[in-house]
Amino acid sequence: AGWSLGAAAAPVSITLPQETAQLRPSTHPGYVVATQMCAICHSADYINQQPGKMTLTQWTAEVAKMQHAYGAPLSDDQVKEIGEYLAITYGSEKPASQ
Amino acid sequence: MQSFAAATTSIPVDNGERELVAYPQKRPLMRITTRPPHLETPFSVFNEGPLTANDAFFVRYHLANIPTSIDVETYRLKIGGRVTRELSLSLAELKALAPAVEVIAINQCSGNSRAFSTPRVFGAQLGNGSMGNARWVGIPLKAVLEHAGVLGDARQVSFKGLDEPVLPTTPAFIKALDIDHAMSGEPIIAWSMNGADIPFLNGYPIKLIVPGYFGTYWVKHLNQIEVLDHVFDGFFMATAYRVPDNDCMCVEPGKAPAKTRPISRLKTRSFITSLQDGSVVHAGRRVELKGIAFDGGSGIKTVDISADGGRNWKSAVLGKDLGKYSFREWRFGLTPVRKGELQLMVRATSNDGEVQPMVATWNPAGYARNVVETTKISVA
Ligand code: HEC
Repeated sequence: AGWSLGAAAAPVSITLPQETAQLRPSTHPGYVVATQMCAICHSADYINQQPGKMTLTQWTAEVAKMQHAYGAPLSDDQVKEIGEYLAITYGSEKPASQ
Repeated sequence: MQSFAAATTSIPVDNGERELVAYPQKRPLMRITTRPPHLETPFSVFNEGPLTANDAFFVRYHLANIPTSIDVETYRLKIGGRVTRELSLSLAELKALAPAVEVIAINQCSGNSRAFSTPRVFGAQLGNGSMGNARWVGIPLKAVLEHAGVLGDARQVSFKGLDEPVLPTTPAFIKALDIDHAMSGEPIIAWSMNGADIPFLNGYPIKLIVPGYFGTYWVKHLNQIEVLDHVFDGFFMATAYRVPDNDCMCVEPGKAPAKTRPISRLKTRSFITSLQDGSVVHAGRRVELKGIAFDGGSGIKTVDISADGGRNWKSAVLGKDLGKYSFREWRFGLTPVRKGELQLMVRATSNDGEVQPMVATWNPAGYARNVVETTKISVA
């Protein structure tokens, strides 16, 4: 992470620190889709820092917001799948018994 | 490459641990997100003085396609829309348009303190440090608009910077002000912050300063101004950054508001900066409490302190007045008598008569929190 301000006419440039945040691993199929899709627009810390205990309904609505408000290229099925993964891994949802 | 374990700090909520990371031109700040960069100022900084140092000032972007190299020689600010002549100004031309003006003003995130919302809400999980106060130098927005010649049917003015969405399906970050506000002489286009260039991540080389308004309007890397004959209906005005349409900007916790409006002015707030939760002081020994207060632009009338859970209040002494848009410092001498826990509260009243509420208000986005703050210390 640095910045440069050279002679008067030179452009000012910055180098940003490396991205390290990653989604929490899971065997839920939504995990794979989330790792592919959610990093398109922003780093995983957007998700990692959200409060724990958000419900399945809340997480699914949050992913649907990415789809509708921000134009994330997700199918309705993917929204549902990712919502489940997030609610189980980060929120209050219990995994379905297998 | 960083191979050492990162330093961290915490805000007192579930999942509140934050890495401290140094970004370009910045001292280590609390990382909210990496891409786009979103950094919060550690709260101890606010005890350093009424102006927030450039290298400690918080950073907030929404969209990750941000500039990383800017050439001031080729930089242009374009003004278009409902004007008699469109302009494309170099920075030298912009600075020559009118005499420079100066204002000390607070930039506070709409979502500052969001992490303390109960029930908690989605969004950037901010503690109390997503605010800062600086001396800005620039030229009035009004001078630029007058130079372009605003047409009679103008209703709003929109502002966009160099930051762009990653995908074209994501709405651009564009903000708008009513024409009367834009022409009031108060908003300025600034190139200087606390006597230096604006740090890159705070909007170098020019930034819109909207004194008294939440940070969402303070567009960084400003390069496009459009005069509109209608109310701007883009996402970040019409859908996001809206508050319940009432005085408290609040609803019953967990409920949705029936009607909303764009967020605008800061609400009255105050903080103790010289002590934190867990600080230890000594019985019988005088401590000088210190802190800051601010409001949306009427100025601070009084700051009161309570050391008994809000039953009795005594006035603090206000510090130097740096202008109605600035942090106002205050001091208060206190000699704790009994040993044990002590709950210190600070409550500001603005010249407009706005008093901070004792119970936190709530809205779905966690905006504009301004509850009376409590600092729990122990007396040994
Ligand atoms: C097309 C772009 C895009 C994609 C893809 C995307 N997001 Fe987002 N996301 C955004 C934007 C824009 C924001 C708001 C950024 C800001 O204001 O800082 C955001 C913010 C968030 C937030 C922070 C809370 C909030 O509501 O602002 C969470 C959590 C989040 N996204 C989760 C996800 C998840 C989970 C996925 C994958 C399923 C995802 N995002 C995919 C664009 C996207």
